[in-house]
Amino acid sequence: MEKLPIAKAINAGLRKALEDDPKVLLMGEDIGPLGGVFRVTEGLQKDFGEDRVIDTPLAESGIVGTAIGLAVRGYRPVVEIQFDAFIFPAYDQIVTQLAKLHNRTAGTVKTPVVIRVPYGGGIGSPEHHSESPEALFAHVAGLRLISPSNSNDAYWMIQQAIQDDDPVMIFEPKRRYWQKGEVDFQNSPGDKHRAHIVRPGTDLTLAAYGPLVTTALSAAEAAQEEGKNIEVIDLRSLSPIDFETLAESVNRTGHLVIAHEAPTFVGLGAEIAARITERCFFSLEAPVLRVGGFHLPYPPSRLEEHYLPDLDRMLDAVDRSLAY
Amino acid sequence: MVQMITADGERVENAEYDKLVADLTDEDLRGFYRDMVLVRRVDNEGTALQRQGQLGLWAPVLGQEATQIGTGRATHPNDYIFPTYREHGVAFTRGVPPETLLGMFRGVSHGGWDPTENNFHTYTIVIGSQTLHAVGYAMGVQRDGNVGTGDPDRDTAVMAFFGDGASSQGDVNEALVFSASYNAPVLFICQNNQWAISEPSTRQTRIPLYRRGEGFGIPGVRVDGNDVLAMYAVTKASLDHVRSGAGPLLIEAFTYRMGAHTTADDPTKYRSSAEVDAWSRRDPIDRFRKYLVNNGTADEAFLTSVDDEADQLAARVRAACIGMPDPDPSTMFDHAYANPHPLVDEERAWLAEYNASFTDASVAGGE
Ligand SMILES: Cc1ncc(C[n+]2csc(CCOP(=O)(O)OP(=O)(O)O)c2C)c(N)n1
Repeated sequence: MEKLPIAKAINAGLRKALEDDPKVLLMGEDIGPLGGVFRVTEGLQKDFGEDRVIDTPLAESGIVGTAIGLAVRGYRPVVEIQFDAFIFPAYDQIVTQLAKLHNRTAGTVKTPVVIRVPYGGGIGSPEHHSESPEALFAHVAGLRLISPSNSNDAYWMIQQAIQDDDPVMIFEPKRRYWQKGEVDFQNSPGDKHRAHIVRPGTDLTLAAYGPLVTTALSAAEAAQEEGKNIEVIDLRSLSPIDFETLAESVNRTGHLVIAHEAPTFVGLGAEIAARITERCFFSLEAPVLRVGGFHLPYPPSRLEEHYLPDLDRMLDAVDRSLAY
Repeated sequence: MVQMITADGERVENAEYDKLVADLTDEDLRGFYRDMVLVRRVDNEGTALQRQGQLGLWAPVLGQEATQIGTGRATHPNDYIFPTYREHGVAFTRGVPPETLLGMFRGVSHGGWDPTENNFHTYTIVIGSQTLHAVGYAMGVQRDGNVGTGDPDRDTAVMAFFGDGASSQGDVNEALVFSASYNAPVLFICQNNQWAISEPSTRQTRIPLYRRGEGFGIPGVRVDGNDVLAMYAVTKASLDHVRSGAGPLLIEAFTYRMGAHTTADDPTKYRSSAEVDAWSRRDPIDRFRKYLVNNGTADEAFLTSVDDEADQLAARVRAACIGMPDPDPSTMFDHAYANPHPLVDEERAWLAEYNASFTDASVAGGE
C-alpha cells in the first residue's frame, strides 16, 4: 500500500502496462518531455522511448485516426486528449470508425484503443477546459466508458482498459488529480464495470462518479449529522452501467439521487432514473432525483461554483427525496 | 525570408517591399514603436496579475509584438479579423481596450467585446477552428460584392490568425482548401513562434510553413516576424492583393514565443535557455528602437514619454482588472439562446429560488 495522487496512480498504471506489453503505446500532444499538461505521463518517454510514448502533431482527428490504424495492426494505443472539449475534432473518428469497426468487420478486427479524457470543472480555467461530455459518448454503441474517482481505481482501471479488446474511454476527474489515496498494487478491485458501494447506508442511495464521488461522500457525512444515513455508490463505469448494484441498493433504501457535473438534460442521470424506475418502481418512495449542471454552455470560471453541483445542492436533493 | 530591419537595427533595402513603406511618416514609425512598447507592458501586467491570483490564466505575447503590430497596423477598418487567443497586439491596433482582453482570462466572460465594433472577432481557444470561420466570412464578403471593386472604402479583406501547431489541424487544412476553391479574400497569418506548448514546429511540419499553402494553390511568403516594418509591408501588399479579388495568401511570421505558452506552462521542461537567449538577441522592440534612434527618428524624450505612457496604461489595466466584479449568477442564463427557452427559464428560476433559500447571505452571494 502506498498513498498516491490520482495523476501519479495513472502514471504508475501506464508504466506497468508499458512494461507488461510491448504492444502498448502512448500517443498525444505534449505527453513527451513535458509529461502532459497535467504531468500524467511524466518520465514515461524518457524510460520507454519516443516510439512507445509518442508526441503527436496537434491534431485530434489525426491522433485517434492513426491510433485506430495502429490497433488494426495489433498495437494497443493509449491516447491522451489534452482537455475534455478538445475531443471534438476527433469525434468523427471515435463515433463513425472506432466504435463501429468491430461490428463492421463481423468481429474480425479489434480496436483496443484507450482514450484518456481529463474532464470536468472546478479548476478555474477558460472555455473548453471544464466540460463533461460523457453522455455524448455513452450514447454511442461500441464504446466502453469508465471514470475512476480515486487513486486505487485509477491505477487499476487504466490497466484494465488497456487490456480490453474494445475501445475504452477513461474519463479522468481532473480536479481530483492531486487528491491522494491508497493504492493496493497487489489486489485488483475487480471488474472495471462494477459499481462500488463506497459508503453503506439505509435511508437513501446517492450515486455519483468521477469528481463528484468525493463531494457525495462529504454530503453523506454532513447528512449523518442530521441523522440521515446515506449510502453512496461510485458508479465507476458509465457504459455499461452496473444497474444490479444500483437496483439492489435502491430496493433497500427506497430513494435515489444521482449527481453528475454534466447538464441534467439528456444526461446519464436521465437514463439511470428511467431504468431504476422500471426496476424498482414498487420499492421507490420518491421519484429519482437528479443533481447536475444546467442546460448552458459551461460558464466563465467565476460562475462555475453556481453551475457545478456541490455538497449543498446534493443535500437539497436528499431533503427533497426524503420529504416524499 | 523578408527582412527590412536587421537584429542590429540596420535598414536593409528590399526591392519588392520598400515602396510599401515609402509613405510612412516619422510619426507612423514612432507609432509602431509606441504600440509595441505599450503591448509589451500590458502583456507583462497580464502575467503579473495572473501570478497575483487576479487572472486564472494568461497567454503571453512576449516576443511576438512586431508580428502583431505590423499586421494589425496594415489593416483597413473594414477588414475583419479572426484571432486565436494570443492576439493582444492585433486587438490593440483595432481599438479593443486592453483591459477588455482580461475578462476571459479572469473568468468573468467568454469574450467581452462586441466583435462588430472593431471588426475584431472574439478569441477562439479550440485550435484552428476560426480559420474556417474566416473563410466563410470572406465568402460572404464576396457575395456582398465587396471584393475587387477598386473602391478602397468598400473592398474588404479577412484575416485569419493561427499558430504553427494549428497548421496540423484538419480545420486549418480545410480552410486552405475552401479559400482556394472559392478564391475567397482571406489572408492567413501563421505566427510561427516555434512551439506548440512543448512541441517544436518540426513536429508539425517537414517544410517551411509558408509553403504549406502551395499544395492547395495558395502562395506564401516567410517574413521576419520580429521586424515590424517587414511585417507591415508584406501584410499591406498581401491585403491589397486579397482585396483586389486575386485570392487567398499565406504569410508565415517567423518569430518566437519568449515567455511560457501560458502561465500554466513550464518551458524549462522542454527548451534550452541557449535558444531563448539567441532569440532575445533578435528582440523586436530593441531592434526597432536602435533603428529609430540611429536615424534620428526618435530621441530620448520620445522614448521616455512612451515608457511613461506604458506605465500609465499598465496602471489603468491593473485597476480595471482588480475592479472587475464577478458577474451575477443569473447572467449565465442570459445568452445560451437568442429566443426564450423554457428549460433555461426553468433552471434560471430554480437557481434564483435555491440561492434565495440560504439565509446565510455570504453563501447566496457566492462569495
Ligand atoms: C483542438 C485543441 N487541442 C488542444 C488544445 C490545447 N492547446 C492550447 S494551445 C495549444 C498549442 C497551440 O500551438 P500553436 O498553434 O503553435 O499556437 P501558439 O499557442 O504557440 O501561439 C494546445 C495544444 C486546444 N486549445 N485546442
